[in-house]
Amino acid sequence: MMAAREVAIVAFAQSPSVRREWARDDVELLLPVIQDALSQAGVRKEEIGFTASGSSDFVTGLPFSFVLALDAVGACPAIEETHVEMDGAWALYEACVRLSLGDVDTALVYAFGRSSLGEPRDVLGMQLDPYYVAPLAPDAISLAALQARALLDSGRATERALAEVAARSRRNARSNPNAQLSGDMVPETLLEAPYFIAPLRRHDCPPISDGAVAMVLAVGDKARAASSRPAWIRGVDHRIEPHGLGMRDLTRSPSTALAAANAGVAQGKVDVAELHAPFTHQELILREALGLDGDVDINPSGGALAANPLMSAGLIRIGEAALRIMNGSAHRAVAHATSGPCLQQNLVCVLEADS
Amino acid sequence: MSEKPRVSLAPVRLEYRASAGRGLSRSLAALMEGRIVGQRCPVCAKVYVPSRGACPSCGVVLSEDVVVSETGTLVSFCVVNIPLADRSLPLPYVHGSVLLDGADIPFSHLLQGLPVEEVRMGLRVRAEWVPGPERKPSLESIRCFRPTGEPDAPFHAYMEHL
Repeated sequence: MMAAREVAIVAFAQSPSVRREWARDDVELLLPVIQDALSQAGVRKEEIGFTASGSSDFVTGLPFSFVLALDAVGACPAIEETHVEMDGAWALYEACVRLSLGDVDTALVYAFGRSSLGEPRDVLGMQLDPYYVAPLAPDAISLAALQARALLDSGRATERALAEVAARSRRNARSNPNAQLSGDMVPETLLEAPYFIAPLRRHDCPPISDGAVAMVLAVGDKARAASSRPAWIRGVDHRIEPHGLGMRDLTRSPSTALAAANAGVAQGKVDVAELHAPFTHQELILREALGLDGDVDINPSGGALAANPLMSAGLIRIGEAALRIMNGSAHRAVAHATSGPCLQQNLVCVLEADS
Repeated sequence: MSEKPRVSLAPVRLEYRASAGRGLSRSLAALMEGRIVGQRCPVCAKVYVPSRGACPSCGVVLSEDVVVSETGTLVSFCVVNIPLADRSLPLPYVHGSVLLDGADIPFSHLLQGLPVEEVRMGLRVRAEWVPGPERKPSLESIRCFRPTGEPDAPFHAYMEHL
């Protein structure tokens, strides 16, 4: 989608991702993050024209948890609000569509996920086809391992290439105070680790993370007033592949490639890319689908391998990319979010500074 | 269609560990000590009982704990005529919304000690606690509310808190 009006991200805030957020509930986790985003943008909650959130009751284990979470917004007087039962990146998409209509100028987008309350690998299994796949009870890591095996067998990747992704992600995460896992790793050492679910080792898989994220979007002059360097959303698109795993070539991501083409990724030089690849091999598949060459700074935040709060990690990728536009370290950035097993659904967003 | 529909069973079970959050945890802990604790919003000054961590109107953290009275006013009620699981109360019984003195938001609890046909809005009630050793960090530490015998509260005293 190319917005009919210019839409920009003008503020981005997140909680540090942690292994277990036990003391605070979802509202208490979200409140400071939302207030930080509003404060950065210099807008009061009453000035927000549209609110969109992403989360999943299956993650929290609580029915209508997104309604309870609205306590963190302060929905009085009544607000215009929507929720997606998926990653907050798709809430951002909906906010872009809403802002393009022309009658509201500012939107709040947020997401939260305390993944530690349940077993994420089993929780994510609930999204599988209920007749043919779910009764076999494959968990999310086993399905990712299936995909990794297919990629290795295709000859387009090696276990060393996976370890290189892990090492670079953990190294990059050292400069990200919100990351959960970081360290100075080398691929040789990582490859000495035993398999977790072959061919994946533990470092090929994301941590279990609790966290929350919020951002403020604004249109045209409102964006220029809220930020000295807004991250303009030049294109955003999302595409989905069939539910049946056997109907897909798991070693490629045609939905990412199509979303990238529609978002205009190739229409300029990409300085930085934040890719929502919870597993190392998925970054390789995504880089190929997005056509990113070796000059692009991939996941300077450390990506989902360094912190993976479910339903938030995709929106955090967009925020991290926007942050690099807003702080002047990049001129043009690509952000990606994924949903579903083995990269089933993908969203691609192109962000630019004013030229 | 002569074929019978077929059913395949695929049992699903997920386990979770829930946490109450900071605000609610303080309220629940106070119930074990026989106190009802709410929280006051620093912006609109409303007192929420039990506390909930944030003011849903203002969107700010609730940080000031307030001990409220164990007496209050029945502001609304319903008469339960169907047996519910885990409840062995004789039918019919009354489930009501009680606005405690000092609170701005009513909460739900059982009403006992009055024939159902005599239950009315404005009835003054008091919490009846379970004995200390049996209390849990739960509203079940209050067994029920019973009439105090005071005159009914006038409607205007609670009309903003229904």
